[in-house]
Amino acid sequence: MVPLSYYLLLSAILFSIGVVGVLTRRNAIIIFMSIELMLNSVNLTLVAFSAYLGSATGQMFVFFVLTVAAAEAAVGLAIIIALYRNKMSINIDEINIMKW
Amino acid sequence: MNIDTIVFFILAGAAVLSAILVVSRRSPIMSVVFLIANFVVLAIVYLTLYAQFIAVIQVIVYAGAIMVLFLFVIMLLNLAKEEQLKEELNYRKRVGIGLVIVLLVQLGIGLFMSVGELPNKLAPNAEKLGTVESIGKILFTQYLLPFEITSILLLVGLIGAIVLAKKRVE
Repeated sequence: MVPLSYYLLLSAILFSIGVVGVLTRRNAIIIFMSIELMLNSVNLTLVAFSAYLGSATGQMFVFFVLTVAAAEAAVGLAIIIALYRNKMSINIDEINIMKW
Repeated sequence: MNIDTIVFFILAGAAVLSAILVVSRRSPIMSVVFLIANFVVLAIVYLTLYAQFIAVIQVIVYAGAIMVLFLFVIMLLNLAKEEQLKEELNYRKRVGIGLVIVLLVQLGIGLFMSVGELPNKLAPNAEKLGTVESIGKILFTQYLLPFEITSILLLVGLIGAIVLAKKRVE
């Protein structure tokens, strides 16, 4: 039987890879995909705890995270389309009007 | 080493490899393909934890709906020249990777400190938790109000996406 800590370690590694994507890539769509990667690694933690502690609440949370991720992807991609229409680019270095 | 552990390590290796490929490929299309592979691998990991319903939802909603939306936007924007975005290894990239190593070490230390208190085997009722029956029962009794609120969230997301992506009519 695989111990719970293996699942948590896998989840931590996947989350870190997602953070690498957000911090280093300049393409807005790939940054969104990295965010989905991070959400998924958290889902893995929730499912693993749910199975090892014997409570279905963790799987409920995964369900809600999935809903939020779907709404977030729809709105985020709409923002990317609006940006592309205005600036003809999705390079986040060129979208710096909100930066100080 | 028993069969469970071997299967886990194969799946973990596939998940980590596909995740690395998602953040390292230049072309967004390749990233989408490897992200779908990552989602499918994670769905199999959920199956090893007896979370059938979540595994099916993962494939249908994530790998099906959300990633098709991503592909659709990539094709809509026709990002042929955007693939050559300048992404050289500059100071920002090094700082980012350094921060992530710090984060990973912190998570590892936290895990290592608490590893003795974590359970080593699945709960006895784990096999019955992830079925549609069990999830449905708890979703429509204990979590009924959050479930209804997610419908409002989806409605807001839908309206927001239409308003943002719509062409302004002068």
